[in-house]
Amino acid sequence: MADKPRSEPLDRRRFLKAAGLAGAGAAVASTVASGSAGAQQTPDPLITEVQDWNRYLGDGVQARPYGSPSQFEKHVVRRDVEWLTVSRESSVNFTPLHELDGIITPSGLAFERHHGGIAEIDPAKHRLMINGLVDKPLVFTMDDLKRMPGRINRAYFLECAANSGMEWRGAQLNGCQFTHGMIHNVWYTGIPLKTLLDEAGVKTSGKWIMPEGADSSAMTRSIPIEKAMKDCLVAFGMNGEALRPEQGYPVRLVVPGWEGNMWVKWLRRIEVGDEPWHAREETSKYTDLLADGRSRRFTWIMDAKSVVTNPSPQAPLKRKGPNVLTGIAWSGRGAIQRVDVTLDGGRNWTTARLDGPSMPLSMARFYLDFDWDGRELMIQSRAMDDTGYVQPTKHELRQVRGVNSIYHNNGIQTWLVRQDGEVENVEIA
Amino acid sequence: MSRLRNGLLFVALLAFALPAGAQTKKTGLGRAALAEEIAAWDIDVRPDGAGLPVGRGSVKQGEEIYLERCAACHGEFGEGAGRYPVLAGGAGTLNKENPDKTIGSFWPYASTVFDYVRRAMPFGNAQSLTPDETYALTAYMLNMNDLVKEDFELSKENFAQVQLPNAANFYDDDRETTEKAFWKANPCMKDCKPEAPRILGRARALDVTPDNKSGPRVE
Repeated sequence: MADKPRSEPLDRRRFLKAAGLAGAGAAVASTVASGSAGAQQTPDPLITEVQDWNRYLGDGVQARPYGSPSQFEKHVVRRDVEWLTVSRESSVNFTPLHELDGIITPSGLAFERHHGGIAEIDPAKHRLMINGLVDKPLVFTMDDLKRMPGRINRAYFLECAANSGMEWRGAQLNGCQFTHGMIHNVWYTGIPLKTLLDEAGVKTSGKWIMPEGADSSAMTRSIPIEKAMKDCLVAFGMNGEALRPEQGYPVRLVVPGWEGNMWVKWLRRIEVGDEPWHAREETSKYTDLLADGRSRRFTWIMDAKSVVTNPSPQAPLKRKGPNVLTGIAWSGRGAIQRVDVTLDGGRNWTTARLDGPSMPLSMARFYLDFDWDGRELMIQSRAMDDTGYVQPTKHELRQVRGVNSIYHNNGIQTWLVRQDGEVENVEIA
Repeated sequence: MSRLRNGLLFVALLAFALPAGAQTKKTGLGRAALAEEIAAWDIDVRPDGAGLPVGRGSVKQGEEIYLERCAACHGEFGEGAGRYPVLAGGAGTLNKENPDKTIGSFWPYASTVFDYVRRAMPFGNAQSLTPDETYALTAYMLNMNDLVKEDFELSKENFAQVQLPNAANFYDDDRETTEKAFWKANPCMKDCKPEAPRILGRARALDVTPDNKSGPRVE
């Protein structure tokens, strides 16, 4: 998945560039203006003339029984990188982080990672089984799950272990959507997994659980019983409504702070056992191959990480003067305590302002309001969590892990802001 | 009467005071899973062989099934067509620049091959193979990686004897010791670098970012 890129699909872009037709970069270069718009010389017709939306009736209620974003927001979509994977049924797309704000990811923009496509399941036909080392193997319907006492609501980030995996060897993709977009943060509604396990009665020999999906990949992972009992959720809701099909409708597992692959979607079975299963996704994948050829396994926790989402390659600076730098931070070990930002490539740092709740195992939002004088900037952010963990540089990570591990790249990202306002993904020393 | 009411109130208060971590009262929701239902879904296999079905299959049988049902994606010799996963080869590459993580070079347990094929392959027609076919395919993939001979037959009985060469090279997460340096009390805030930072690499030099003027293809 994070193999070296191949260039075949990019011929069109190359051709456009060669022909001098590549748009975005050049367009940005000419639009950087200083300060505010300045004094208006002629009256603005948007003010002096009555506009259509000002005169005529708009759509009535029920024209949009399930509302969608404005027609002017069509560019705000999940996107994929076609050279990454061979089939879209076993692939990933990316959350448009540079278009979002606050800490909650809209359901329709939360990145997708499927191993066998989206299972479309009628909730009336869904069953959840608990078997293995339990006193009483049980089968639950969705109706049963919704009658369970102790329903709770929590916000948690879900980050794919391979997020930023393409960047181990160096700057590769231009855009935080592609470098950091395998993450989302939503409100879950569900019941503690503990409630279901207690209902079945876990035997004292039960040390591990194995959640299994109902999709065509029948995804399985091994999770220690302590984590299962501590804070895992069996969730049927996200952001106040039912889970979306691509996020595991009608029910998924939530494994707070741990790598996204373990959050089994379309959850149909939980087996209790005395040893881990060593399924494909915890042996051949999602293990961290180190420089000496050996591999770390069971690297479940997602370490503290952050990224500046604006400015970033897909969100260049357009004007000098006041600008808002913003980004997101998260940690699988606890709550984000602080985020520092540098504009000069790490020589000097300023502590950013966190706004909104900074909850454990949930995204935090940071801001640094700054004046841009048109100079080149090298922007980085550095997250710290409440265990004292400080997000490392990519160099520090490589010193320990080499460049072959694919997974768990939480290194500091650098954006180069050029004098024309365009932003590039770069690596610096 | 009032004594009874006080008693009930006391019981109610007790119920609310239960610590969150305690064993919760059984709700009685859900029903007992039947043995046939568990058998239908409980198809997972562990490295110690737990969960293996009765059955057997030879390398030769596996080759036939493989060519018909697997080779289109994984290649005739497990080399992988297009970007589908490579299944064979790669020995000695794990500490090199472009490691080839195949069944033979990387995977720690043969049970993982059996379990994965049984639950998820062939891609797009999962759980369509019989236990014998799954044994045969596993045997063939082991042979492809020079781990068993051509006349080998894999069965529930001899499964646990198959050892994969890379099994010993996995170890549990040790970040809290090997990466202890990342827990820093006071990260540097001022004059942290002696000289101006240098640019080592640029994403635009590679030019692999999808063209940001075109959205995802709509089919």
